Amino acid sequence: MKNKTSFPPQEGEARPSRCPDNSAFKQQKLPAWKPQLTIATVLSSFFLTGAFCLLVGVCLILSANSVREIQIDYSDKCSECSKLRENSSNWNKECHCSINFALKEGILGDVFMYYGLQNFYQNHRRYVISRSDAQLLGRNANIQKSYCAPFTTYRNGTPMAPCGAIANSMFNDTIDLFYNLNSSVIQVPLLKTGNSWWTDKNVKFRNPESYNLSSAFAGTARPPYWQKPVYLLDEEDERNNGYINDDFIIWMRVSAFATFRNLYRRVKRIRQFADGLPAGNYTFRISYNFPVTKFKGRKHVILSTVVWSGGSNPFLGIAYVVTGTAATLAGFVITAIHLKLRKKKTYFQK
Amino acid sequence: MPFLFQPVEIPLPPARWSCGINLMTCVFQTHVAVPETAVLQSVANLDKLVAVIECQQPEADLYRFVGRITISQQMEEIVRPLGPESLLLRGARLKNTKEIFGVAVYTGMETKMALNYKSKSQKRSAVEKSMNSFLIIYLIILLFEAILSTILKYAWQAEEKWDEPWYNGKTEHERNSSKILRFISDFLAFLVLYNFIIPISLYVTVEMQKFLGSFFIGWDLDLYHEETNQRAQVNTSDLNEELGQVEYVFTDKTGTLTENEMQFRECSINGIKYQEVNGKLTPEGFSEDSPDGNRHRLMKEEELFLKAVCLCHTVQISADQTDGADGPWHGGGTPATLEYYASSPDEKALVEAASRVGVVFTGTTGDSMEVKSLGKPERYKLLHVLEFDPNRRRMSVIVESPSGEKLLFTKGAESSILPRSKSGEIDKTRIHVDEFALKGLRTLCVAYRRFTPEEYQEVGKRLHEARTALQQREERLADVFNFIERDLELLGATGVEDKLQEKVQETIEALRLAGIKVWVLTGDKHETAVSVSLSCGHFHRTMNILELVQHKSDSTCAEQLRQLAKRIKEDHVIQHGLVVDGTSLSLALREHEKLFMEVCKNCSAVLCCRMAPLQKAKVVRLLKTSPEKPITLAIGDGANDVSMIQEAHVGIGIMGKEGRQAVRNSDYAIARFKFLSKLLFVHGHFYYIRIATLVQYFFYKNVCFITPQFLYQFFCLFSQQTLYDSVYLTLYNICFTSLPVLIYSLFEQHVHPHVLQSKPVLYRDISKNAHLGFKPFLYWTVLGFFHAFVFFYGSYLLMGEDTSLLGNGQMFGNWTFGTLVFTVMVITVTMKMALETHFWTWINHFVTWGSIVFYFIFSLFYGGIIWPFLHTQDMYFVFVQLLSSGSAWFAIILIVVACLFLDVVKKVLYRHLQPTSTEKAQMFSNRVALSDEFIALQPLSRARSQLSKIRSWSSSDPFCANDRSVLTLSTLDSATC
Repeated sequence: MKNKTSFPPQEGEARPSRCPDNSAFKQQKLPAWKPQLTIATVLSSFFLTGAFCLLVGVCLILSANSVREIQIDYSDKCSECSKLRENSSNWNKECHCSINFALKEGILGDVFMYYGLQNFYQNHRRYVISRSDAQLLGRNANIQKSYCAPFTTYRNGTPMAPCGAIANSMFNDTIDLFYNLNSSVIQVPLLKTGNSWWTDKNVKFRNPESYNLSSAFAGTARPPYWQKPVYLLDEEDERNNGYINDDFIIWMRVSAFATFRNLYRRVKRIRQFADGLPAGNYTFRISYNFPVTKFKGRKHVILSTVVWSGGSNPFLGIAYVVTGTAATLAGFVITAIHLKLRKKKTYFQK
Repeated sequence: MPFLFQPVEIPLPPARWSCGINLMTCVFQTHVAVPETAVLQSVANLDKLVAVIECQQPEADLYRFVGRITISQQMEEIVRPLGPESLLLRGARLKNTKEIFGVAVYTGMETKMALNYKSKSQKRSAVEKSMNSFLIIYLIILLFEAILSTILKYAWQAEEKWDEPWYNGKTEHERNSSKILRFISDFLAFLVLYNFIIPISLYVTVEMQKFLGSFFIGWDLDLYHEETNQRAQVNTSDLNEELGQVEYVFTDKTGTLTENEMQFRECSINGIKYQEVNGKLTPEGFSEDSPDGNRHRLMKEEELFLKAVCLCHTVQISADQTDGADGPWHGGGTPATLEYYASSPDEKALVEAASRVGVVFTGTTGDSMEVKSLGKPERYKLLHVLEFDPNRRRMSVIVESPSGEKLLFTKGAESSILPRSKSGEIDKTRIHVDEFALKGLRTLCVAYRRFTPEEYQEVGKRLHEARTALQQREERLADVFNFIERDLELLGATGVEDKLQEKVQETIEALRLAGIKVWVLTGDKHETAVSVSLSCGHFHRTMNILELVQHKSDSTCAEQLRQLAKRIKEDHVIQHGLVVDGTSLSLALREHEKLFMEVCKNCSAVLCCRMAPLQKAKVVRLLKTSPEKPITLAIGDGANDVSMIQEAHVGIGIMGKEGRQAVRNSDYAIARFKFLSKLLFVHGHFYYIRIATLVQYFFYKNVCFITPQFLYQFFCLFSQQTLYDSVYLTLYNICFTSLPVLIYSLFEQHVHPHVLQSKPVLYRDISKNAHLGFKPFLYWTVLGFFHAFVFFYGSYLLMGEDTSLLGNGQMFGNWTFGTLVFTVMVITVTMKMALETHFWTWINHFVTWGSIVFYFIFSLFYGGIIWPFLHTQDMYFVFVQLLSSGSAWFAIILIVVACLFLDVVKKVLYRHLQPTSTEKAQMFSNRVALSDEFIALQPLSRARSQLSKIRSWSSSDPFCANDRSVLTLSTLDSATC
């Protein structure tokens, strides 16, 4: 700042200087990085991006291609059953159907079995909110306050456990897989548990506290479309029963789109199936309960392996390759333009 | 005094008194306004006065007053006219007399001053206006989306299987509600769902940006004036960006372009040039000899010249400086330093200079003036004052010297004195006057005439006749004045410098380079205005100067206008400058506004002189409301500029000598005119860029935000299902994306400030609201939609394929999908801001990367807890699950890159193929360090060299003067005259 002595004290007292501070902040002179879109940075970033995307893309395509997947639409193949289910009065009549398929090559590694639904709008707003997370946490929550209606209570006032449209419409087909080996039929061992998110199974879903499960759910009733109450979902396994039943938890995670699949079972890798599913003839035996014809839906059963990036989804790999190509091409185009412009300039200078 | 506006009837004592109206540089000199009332010298006498005053309705024109007084005296009625000279305006100060008697004619809001005062209206910047129109467009988009969704919803739900499938039953209540009600509630639900497209937070952020940003103006050291200890002052922060949009600058002259400080520099006496050196008049080329040499050896001519200067004026002595008890007119004990007050700074400077070199004007006593010549008091009886008028361009006094001689002293523009002189060193003086003018001094010639007793008798008689004439008084007075002021003996000439403020030329030149038209609006008289205009570079030598002055009738004015328009059309190679005066202007504006505007638009410089305050505002409004609606800036220092400052889009007050009224009413106040260039080119430019990007970016990011929600409706049966969690919906604008843009809008410097200031041309890049026009708006909107589509469909292709994205085969749900879209969006939108940022301080780094990091941390935290008070736990561990998927990571990277890729390509191509000058400057300033050569303004140096030559025209051949009103005043023309 200016030397103070340059202001001689005038008229007795000097006015306080209103001179602003000479700080970098106040003078808008903070040290700053000023990136420039120079030709070097632009081109190098384009080529680098291009190379990176191409590389990742190729890797992703390769790994996605190594995934084996078999998808079988059984909504038509079990047409008798589906006709039966069209009439809701037949709800307690059992209906089974079998679907045969052959594996020319064995599916190696972990094999996951999914069920897939089409045209089932789980993402409808009225459906999405129709649940009571407090109830599913095992708390004695007032489900009247939740958005479970019209699946909250029965006419007589008995609350439904679990309440809401999501729980009520739970997928209830049972699918078993059989391996036909030399005219003998071997049931493929399938794992019911470990298919849901760990946090859902252990934190988000809790059974009400009681000495046993049926007493915990005393005073409640099953949802109207269920065939058995919630505490009988898996009678064999205490830790897979009630609200913490894996199939139930998975169903409760609402899908984003009308066509979706949920993990149903995993192949237990023992005996013949230690390496996965060997080649041969297989049969799905399906207990057909879930009606889809009314909303023109379809049901699938899917067998799939996964890699680190998940199931077989070619999109990511292709998208990377396309982006990488575009970036590289743009790099070349810009180089060409730059060279042309520079030539022009030197031309004019001459 | 409750009476603010009075016709003066009874001046007491019957001496000269005047009122300095600190409004305009004019002095009303009056003896007794109405002679018949002169006898009424006390309150008691006043009771006897029976009179009726008739006057016109309140009117804003300061220079017009028409009225008459009818005095009933001894059964007869005497009618006397009342003119502006018998009127005291509100705010006038009484000097040299203790009291006056008067009658209030206008009071309160009807006074002329109040009528000239414009009430302060809300100013809104152009950015705000375009913001509002954008908002309307977005409102239409919102309504369109909502209506479309509602219609599609009902088209879809026509089939029952979609309306109410078995798995998704309705309640009784929903089923039974009326259809119209359901339709309306659906529509409203969609409005609520999409309402984020209207960026409410934009207004909050803009206000914050304006408020915080405006501090930088006050903090700027370059806008601090050390001599006066003043920093720039911001009175409103609403108009920061308007500083970058100015197309017309209206500036006051005195005190704004000049220091308002006249200084005597040189004089020519009897054909010899003198300069003032250390309080002595030293002939040119004469070395300073003995220390007290000249003082006692003033030559006869010198003394006479100085006495003429001392007598021929309207200067007053400040009452405070003299002995108050005896009254100022008992000129005995004069204090050491006299303080002179004059409405004309020139006269003040001259009288002061005379007193320094030995001839001191010590005051007026009754009707005599006292002069101390070399310590010897002399008393001159003031016989007549022949007032200044702009047509004669001179004033005279007739005095009786102590020896009884009757002398006439005349002072005026050389063009009006020299032709009337018959003796004295006329030729040499003319040469000297031209030389003074070349130096940029304001010149006056001084002459005198000795009357023989017979001559004086005739003069006195004629004067009296003319003064008492009832009809055509003005014409007759003019005739008499012409009769009196002839056969003069030339004494010499003076050169007074009205010091221009520092760097006014450079600033005006820079403004012109920036594409800003500069209009000088001044209350001063024509010649003064033009000469200052030339010296400050407002008018160039190369300019063809057109004049529209002194038109009394509509027809001549119109005719002149048409001629000027024709001239301009014929010759569009040369730049034109226009001089208009107040009366001609009001004529031109009344009937020929269009023609006048056309002439003005083709002139690169316009000078309006003799302007009343409200007229200044009118000119500003005229420009403001012309079809192009240019942004105007008015700058001034005095109370007379207030209305113009308030009328213009941006009003700037100069903290000058004339009080703080202009500063109080301004939007910004600066200490000197030269600061305008930094204020406009640097601060204005920055603020405009900042706020324009801020506004566009806000619309962009909200389009990005809400369009995926809209697209999602096509996948969820238009059931108003939200894509994002409600907490994310709320926090998106508040936390995740607000800070980077706010910090950007406070700190961004896309070009170095020095470059902006030294290359005013860059200002043209942002003129006409260039960054908020339809094209950039469309670009940002389309970009927003494009990015939204990429986010949504990119995520859809990834997840909608309904394969697992996890290595353990598990599946994701709808909330994971929404979170993926949201994550991609937050990153892309923040990166887009980063791409726009050219100035990365540590704060920018902190908030940009901090925002993204904060989003991640917040999401982990939000999803990591079962929230006891929340209704649903939808987001529980969703984010962690998303991040545990390798595919999701790759998808995020890919979508962000793909979004920004096209934007970068577009930028690079535009930069290479058709760079704007701002972009060139960016590249240039990057490559070359700021060298002096770069900063130097080429056109400015050219202008300066020409300036010295221009000066000559104001003192050019007097015989050309008649043609002036028609004339093109390039020096060539005057040379041929």
